[in-house]
Amino acid sequence: MPHIEVVGHQLAEALNGYSADYIEAHLEESQSSYITYRGRELESMGRTTAVGGNIRALVRGGWGFTSFNNLDELPGKVELAVKQARLVGSRESKLAAVEPVVDAVPAKIDKNPVAMPLAEKKQLLDEYNDIIWHTPKLQTSIISYGDSHKKAIFLSSSGSYIEQERADITLRLTAVATKGNEVQQTGLSLGSRGDFRLIQGRHQQVEQMAQHAVELLSAPQVKGGEYTVVLDPVLAGVFVHEAFGHLSESDFVYENDRLRQIMTLGKNFGSSELNIVDSAATPGLRGSYKYDDEGVPATKTYLIREGKLVGRLHSRETAAKMKEKPTGNARAINYHYPPIVRMTNTYIEPKSAPFEDIIGGIKEGVYAKNWYGGMTSMEMFTFSAGEAYMIRNGKLAEALRPVVLTGNVFNTLKNIDAIGNDLEMNQGGGCGKGGQMPLPVSNGSPHIRIRHCLIGGR
Amino acid sequence: MVSSGETPVQFEANRLKHIQSKRSNSVALRIVKQGRIGYATTTELGDSQKLVNNAVETAQFGMTAKFELPSLTSYPQIEAYDLDVESVSLEKMIELGDKLVATVKSHTPDILCEAGVTKGTVSVRIINSRGGEANYRKSIFSLGIEGTLIRDTDMLFVGEGESSCHPLLEPKAVGEAVLWQLELAKNQASVPSQPLPVVFTPNGIASALIPPLMAAFNGKTVLEGASPIGNRLGQPVFDKKLWLRDDPTIAYRPGSRPCDDEGIPSQRTPLIEQGTVANFLYDLQTAALAHTQSTGNGSRSRGGLPTPSPSAFIIAPGKTSFDEMVKDMKEGLVIEQLMGASQGNILGGDFSGNVLLGYKVENGKIVGRVKDTMVSGNIYQILKQITAIGSEAKWVGGFLNTPPLYCPSLSVASK
Repeated sequence: MPHIEVVGHQLAEALNGYSADYIEAHLEESQSSYITYRGRELESMGRTTAVGGNIRALVRGGWGFTSFNNLDELPGKVELAVKQARLVGSRESKLAAVEPVVDAVPAKIDKNPVAMPLAEKKQLLDEYNDIIWHTPKLQTSIISYGDSHKKAIFLSSSGSYIEQERADITLRLTAVATKGNEVQQTGLSLGSRGDFRLIQGRHQQVEQMAQHAVELLSAPQVKGGEYTVVLDPVLAGVFVHEAFGHLSESDFVYENDRLRQIMTLGKNFGSSELNIVDSAATPGLRGSYKYDDEGVPATKTYLIREGKLVGRLHSRETAAKMKEKPTGNARAINYHYPPIVRMTNTYIEPKSAPFEDIIGGIKEGVYAKNWYGGMTSMEMFTFSAGEAYMIRNGKLAEALRPVVLTGNVFNTLKNIDAIGNDLEMNQGGGCGKGGQMPLPVSNGSPHIRIRHCLIGGR
Repeated sequence: MVSSGETPVQFEANRLKHIQSKRSNSVALRIVKQGRIGYATTTELGDSQKLVNNAVETAQFGMTAKFELPSLTSYPQIEAYDLDVESVSLEKMIELGDKLVATVKSHTPDILCEAGVTKGTVSVRIINSRGGEANYRKSIFSLGIEGTLIRDTDMLFVGEGESSCHPLLEPKAVGEAVLWQLELAKNQASVPSQPLPVVFTPNGIASALIPPLMAAFNGKTVLEGASPIGNRLGQPVFDKKLWLRDDPTIAYRPGSRPCDDEGIPSQRTPLIEQGTVANFLYDLQTAALAHTQSTGNGSRSRGGLPTPSPSAFIIAPGKTSFDEMVKDMKEGLVIEQLMGASQGNILGGDFSGNVLLGYKVENGKIVGRVKDTMVSGNIYQILKQITAIGSEAKWVGGFLNTPPLYCPSLSVASK
């Protein structure tokens, strides 16, 4: 099969010959490997190679899209996308103007993780698995490692031609403890933008995770209700992603007049201490890139500044329809899907409060750490903590079973009354939206305190 | 070897927005070399040498193969392909989507809908070095709609979907299910923070109770000693009224197929019989390690090596109608959609979530929808004593068929 570079250059010359308002193509070559453990032994190991692409066409406001593995006969595929778009289109096409870009962006990593010897990767996972299995009373472990290296070409009928490479690593470790019919589990998620060294040397964290699974067997479940909660940087990162990040994705808003009224720029969402940022332009994180999947340069976007809504995330179409500037947030997990508005690296900016002050004044509350996951319906969101402790009289007290927290975006952000000084970015997450999952993102925060947070429990 | 084609027609903000056509091809190769399993996949059908090299490399470290692949065998005749699916025109699909949106909008004019009408086909070919061979095709057609209604900062989410191996050319039932939700959600009702009786609708069961059950009946979880019911085979763990089976043999259902991804013939596998744990689900390797037989549940659904996975969970209907369940509650909840329920300790059977769509019952009547409400429970406690099992079973997402379940008590926390 011809290399995607050859195909890309041929296609670039041909893209203008169709009657569409706009056409773009994505071509991709990727390699990946994965290793899983369930229990004492390695369970599976595999390598994957993939080549594929897609064509997206816009005619009178309607989109056509075709994706494929076979790179032959691309002109016919362009025609199909244009035909589909014409069937949909009934209005005017609107795309925010961007300068055409011709660029090549290498992955900027010392060592391609996919090309590393499998033995070297297995060695590290064996060490982590041994730690889990050396923990007394532990039942079993689940480890899931994956890496990928991808070269993607983006080209458009407006003359852009961008080659970008990226690498990605994820590692999820789970420890399972049992006693009779009782089963408890804890997890640790790590990741990096292709740098294997960043998942090395985590032995101590793995040990703590495994010990905590055993502790949970005798931990009580929290009583359901409203609490003052303190979130650690990892969980606060998930919180900002779920509680606010998704609502700032303009594809939810741009054709929804009521939501547009609610999400008017300048509206107050929190205290004057609260700043929320999404930034693909910050280098080296899992959500970082130079151009998004519409060829728009990445930006650092303030979503909330001093408590007020000041920005949101855009594709070229949502930016044009809302008469705002494109932010370079259109992303697709791979060539099977069209790009949609997504977050990148999302975080709460640090302030001054040290951790001791944040928990100091709490008579009875919950300290929630680490994450299982999170979900949002825009107004309501839930996120769950992998670890939780009671706070009593300003001090950390007994461990609790994992807790699920819920809130309402219009109240909960306002209830944040302390923001710490210890920003950390969590690289272990993956985001799902519109069937596209998991997309590499990172999120982070310093420790934060939230009043009146609803927790599910007995 | 799997090749598939899919054509989704998508509506956003009540309007036709996208037509897509997706084709994909892939080959997966599993080898056993010096007793160890190697595995590789590719989309590059021409480059078989690279595929073999990759598989050989991974076989250095792979698990020791304990199983024997099936030789040439005959498969049950299971209908899952309807030629008519492919011939449904794009114009017809657009018309179906328009109809769905129009039905919902005629009831609630200011609702914003996203709708999807999708047709697709998959062909699967499995061959092995013992002469085993399986080929089958499957067609899938699905309809779905989600509506969002915003009043001030209050948001209501409703939605329904249906899928089949036949074309679904009558969107009425899907539309009416959404209207039913909108009708019940017209008013808001408050809930006390205390244990309450709960009716889970089929959608509610899918979002709250199914993920823990899937983990518990997975033969691999059992083998590792991490399933709470792993050592309870043949014992009564659930309410006597409860029957659950895995069934890939029902004609024209999206989960149906003549064999699993290892070429093992499809079978119906009882999992809960009269409340008693009857079986677990196995692929070849897990079954060999557990000294039992594969149940034909080897699935490569996540692109990796085959692993046990259900094809379709079927919960047998009971005798009580949904209306009778509601009538029976003095104060209680009907749960249609839980958000975030599968984020907790699934292995242990715990679930906890925000009631995204649910209704309050007072004196035998649904009085409105609830908000800012969390429910928490453990499926082993909840399914041990079920007040009643519904008489009206329904397909959810193509892979679950269940009636509503009426449970005596669930912990509720509310603002």
